[in-house]
Amino acid sequence: MDLSLSTRTVGDRTVVEVGGEIDVYTAPKLREQLVELVNDGSFHLVVDMEGVDFLDSTGLGVLVGGLKRVRAHEGSLRLVCNQERILKIFRITGLTKVFPIHTSVEEAVAATD
Amino acid sequence: MATVELRFSALPEHVRTARLVAAAVARRAGVDEAVLDEVRLAVGEACTRAVGLHQNAGITTPVKVQLVEEEKQFSIEVGDEAPRSAPGDRAPGSAGGDMDTDEDEMGLAVISGLVDDVEVTAGEHGGQIRMTWPTTPPAAALS
Repeated sequence: MDLSLSTRTVGDRTVVEVGGEIDVYTAPKLREQLVELVNDGSFHLVVDMEGVDFLDSTGLGVLVGGLKRVRAHEGSLRLVCNQERILKIFRITGLTKVFPIHTSVEEAVAATD
Repeated sequence: MATVELRFSALPEHVRTARLVAAAVARRAGVDEAVLDEVRLAVGEACTRAVGLHQNAGITTPVKVQLVEEEKQFSIEVGDEAPRSAPGDRAPGSAGGDMDTDEDEMGLAVISGLVDDVEVTAGEHGGQIRMTWPTTPPAAALS
């Protein structure tokens, strides 16, 4: 199982759909994708994690790095996740306070706070 | 002797293999199904940390994972050979860059958040993370 990435634009948001496993081996690909989007001027990102089977601290580090990058441009990075085992990792690291986590892409795209 | 022992070159692509093997052996040993995700994540974090320590220190020897099935418990020991400056030193960033320290600490934070019984040791010959989970007796596991 590898990492799959696809992006699409919804209004002023860019949705990054992630599938597979985000770990020390695959996380650099996600980092590259986020860096590329920000460099191309996409500052409002929605990362859809519904297809993610595994996430570790390396993946969390990449997401935090992405958040730092978009914030430098007054942008946003929202997550879509309903999977308890993935949410648990955000909770034990305290990152639920850092990332807005939504239950659907529609909700994340509509969010403005 | 370990029930299953795994040695792998300190490369990120092998961490997934270690996770899969550890989860398979843990399941066989009777670790609760609900906890297997945690085992997978914790062993992945420990191996990721060991790979980083070996790479930062330029160590070419493999990372060692021991999966030990005991009565009523299952243990995983992940050992690295990265020397620490002082015995008992838990911060491995001393010889490497500061950049990796954050990720290393996040990995340890995840492990201690997930596993109740965890022991981290380090010395001049390397370090070890030992994690232990209770197992269900086989009779109960079959029912």
